[in-house]
Amino acid sequence: MTSRDEILSKARAALSRNTGDPVPPPPAVLLREGPTEHLVEQFTAALEALAGNVVVVKTCEEAQVAVDKALNGRTFIRSTGTRDAIAQVEVGITSADYALADTGSLVMFTESNESRLLSLLPPCHIAVIERSKIVACLDDVFRLRPLPGARSSAMVVITGPSRTADIEMRLVRGVHGPGEIHVIIIDDVTRSP
Amino acid sequence: MVRVSLFVTCVVDQVFPNVGMAMAKVLEAAGCEVEFREAQTCCAQPAFNSGYRDQARTVAEHFLTTFEGAEYIVVPSGSCCSMISHHFAELLPGDNRVHDLEPRVFEFSQFLTNVLKVEDVGASFDGLVTYHDSCHALRELKIKDGPRKLLQNVRGLRLVEMDTAEECCGFGGTFSVKFPEISGGMVRTKIDAIERTGASTVVSIDSSCLMQIQGALDRARSKIRTMHLAEVLANTLKAAE
Amino acid sequence: MKTPDVTAALGDKKLQLAIYSATARLGERRRETITSDHEELRQYAHDIKKHTLDHLDFYLEQLERNVEARGGKVIWAKDGAEACAFIQNLARKRGVKVIVKSKSMTTEEIHLNEHLEEVGIEAVETDLGEYILQLGGEKPFHIIAPALHKTKEDVSDIFEKHLHSKRETSPEGLTKIARVALREKFLEAGMGITGANFLVADSGAIVLVENEGNARLSSSAPKIHVAVSGIEKVIPRAQDLGVFLKLLARSATGQPLSVYTSFLAGAKREGEPDGPEEFYLVLLDNGRTRLLADESKRQSLYCIRCGACLNHCPVYRKIGGYNYPWVYSGPIGKILTPQFMGIEHDPWLPFASSLCGACGEVCPVKIEIPRILLELRSDKVANDPDRAELWSFKVWAWVMRHPKFYARLAPLALSAAPPVGPVKKWLSQRDLPVPPAKSFRDLWKERSK
Repeated sequence: MTSRDEILSKARAALSRNTGDPVPPPPAVLLREGPTEHLVEQFTAALEALAGNVVVVKTCEEAQVAVDKALNGRTFIRSTGTRDAIAQVEVGITSADYALADTGSLVMFTESNESRLLSLLPPCHIAVIERSKIVACLDDVFRLRPLPGARSSAMVVITGPSRTADIEMRLVRGVHGPGEIHVIIIDDVTRSP
Repeated sequence: MVRVSLFVTCVVDQVFPNVGMAMAKVLEAAGCEVEFREAQTCCAQPAFNSGYRDQARTVAEHFLTTFEGAEYIVVPSGSCCSMISHHFAELLPGDNRVHDLEPRVFEFSQFLTNVLKVEDVGASFDGLVTYHDSCHALRELKIKDGPRKLLQNVRGLRLVEMDTAEECCGFGGTFSVKFPEISGGMVRTKIDAIERTGASTVVSIDSSCLMQIQGALDRARSKIRTMHLAEVLANTLKAAE
Repeated sequence: MKTPDVTAALGDKKLQLAIYSATARLGERRRETITSDHEELRQYAHDIKKHTLDHLDFYLEQLERNVEARGGKVIWAKDGAEACAFIQNLARKRGVKVIVKSKSMTTEEIHLNEHLEEVGIEAVETDLGEYILQLGGEKPFHIIAPALHKTKEDVSDIFEKHLHSKRETSPEGLTKIARVALREKFLEAGMGITGANFLVADSGAIVLVENEGNARLSSSAPKIHVAVSGIEKVIPRAQDLGVFLKLLARSATGQPLSVYTSFLAGAKREGEPDGPEEFYLVLLDNGRTRLLADESKRQSLYCIRCGACLNHCPVYRKIGGYNYPWVYSGPIGKILTPQFMGIEHDPWLPFASSLCGACGEVCPVKIEIPRILLELRSDKVANDPDRAELWSFKVWAWVMRHPKFYARLAPLALSAAPPVGPVKKWLSQRDLPVPPAKSFRDLWKERSK
């Protein structure tokens, strides 16, 4: 008997079940509604409370100005790069698939074909998103995307800068991931920044 | 007239009889007809909590026989009350007497506030008092505001909250002697919190917690006294003649 | 019954302060993030866990199908030895010399690091707290705050000794030293090993929840990602995460959401620029199917390892994490250890509780820890009763059924009890009340006259 069959048969014996016994449906999914108004303001307040920076701009041109200002002359890679290249730069610039108003989070699916390490390896992460990407809460993402793995190998939810409190419970940002996060929200996207 | 049968618990009967007398006095003043059934002994918790369920079961049976036909059973202990209303069913599954009993057993403060709807018994007490939430009253019987309301309505009494009122005093029945160092550490943390309030009296609704707390206060040569809620409520209260 | 000597922990003022303040802070933050619908969320989480574990075979098979449909491989391990052997062989086949690991109680449970070290593979813990402990040769002190007993000076000593760093006693400076040292390891490692907070059956995915980013790095920087998880971590649907992620973050650290939640469904796909090329999920039994068979204690397996029961346990807060015999400490450890190891191994464990119920009250999946402690006590007594104690309870029960004897014997027992045994133990910590002249029943009789 393989380990697989042994584990499964032990589980069935423990539960007094037979192979192929029917399973009743699980309890109905519980998904909450989030805030419906002032999503940008809520997102901004939530991320700023975590020491993230948020800039709201009207156009793509203004977004470019905001990116430059956040970069402040530092080296960067945008969208994709090799692992070793990303490990060398100071800033990673990405988009995001959703942003969550209630928690100030960014949600990124790998199907966008951006390097996932861009939001992770450099000490600073800049995300440029359209206003329409902001939803109320994580439950909205699960409503829109009930199977997050259908088209992406990974979905990552990022809520503020990387942090630890492992030494004397003192909060330190930027332990492994970025200690600095900027989110630039564009009102009107007629042209990519 | 509301007819009440007292279950005073073995601890009150043998160690803190004045608590039982005070409880009777308050209930009578509130208009109850109070009886005491002499066949009563213990709620069976010591054996149950120590894992001796067979022995606990026989004592629980004795309790059921003793209190047969009682309209209300009132107990000056959250822990003993919860043993009866929450754990007898685990000891005697399917026993209808347990099922019938459950809605008729009340902890003393709970009986005052929930059944008699009394929050001011007309007592007075001079002093700064802090209240210790006993664990089983708080978490199994969900008693939190009732005793505080009763205390706040006592004339002359000022209630001050300690920062860890909900933290266990460390008694835990046989735990207190099986793990004396841990239990001792817990109660010393508790009395530190009590001392920080500046209160001269600490009140609870469980005599076992108070025995543990008073024991540690005495050991620390503290002047702070423990009192059961019933004793505070019976203070300068005229017994119904 | 032999009980452990906890006097060292109790007498260590520095340690007492560290435990007390860290757990108090975690508890406070938890209270601040709890929402008004918390009870409803807990009940839902409990119901989902119950449903899944009651039909575990079904969900494990569904999970396996979906992991494999995403190009991942599922390895079933009956015990720690099988899990370790698989990882060791895979590492050897792929020529992996360095492995980065993110915090996983499951791999602690099977002593994976020690095993890999023995065969010459370097496995580096990358969670800051775990890294400090690994360098110092210690075990996790707490499920989610593994190094809470270490001061910044302790950490500096460890870094000076093992990383040859300069004296540095600010948490920021120390964190930076660790970041630089570990970054090299992430880029050098041929394999990353993580645990899993959840396994999602309908998606063939694992979910990792963390704040530092080391789990993201471990699962995406190396070419191979191996996740090791107990079989009980499965939940039916991705949509169930809406509730579980909230409960976990709030209960563990008092955050609305943890910094990073990674939902990982297999290795990287066509067109994706990075991510692991191979993904393996090791499903570990190691005694879990045995626990499953005990219906009244089955819910012990619902645990999502948030650590809230530790933070609220007055016993854990006194004795700390190192006085428990196994990797799982605190209230959850008290119910898991006897069930995994057998009640005979550390029979004192379920008794080391005042039954205050704080653990059950905060548990986000509503495990009735106090009830299970009581059942384990009863199991211990059934399995191996202490003769003297059994007899005293037999005598006690007889007396309690005979009120007349009780009325005479109890006052005698109280006033004449010699200061030995339990009385001596009581008196070791506090005073005893003076027995009253008359019992309540005597006073009542007098009053009624």
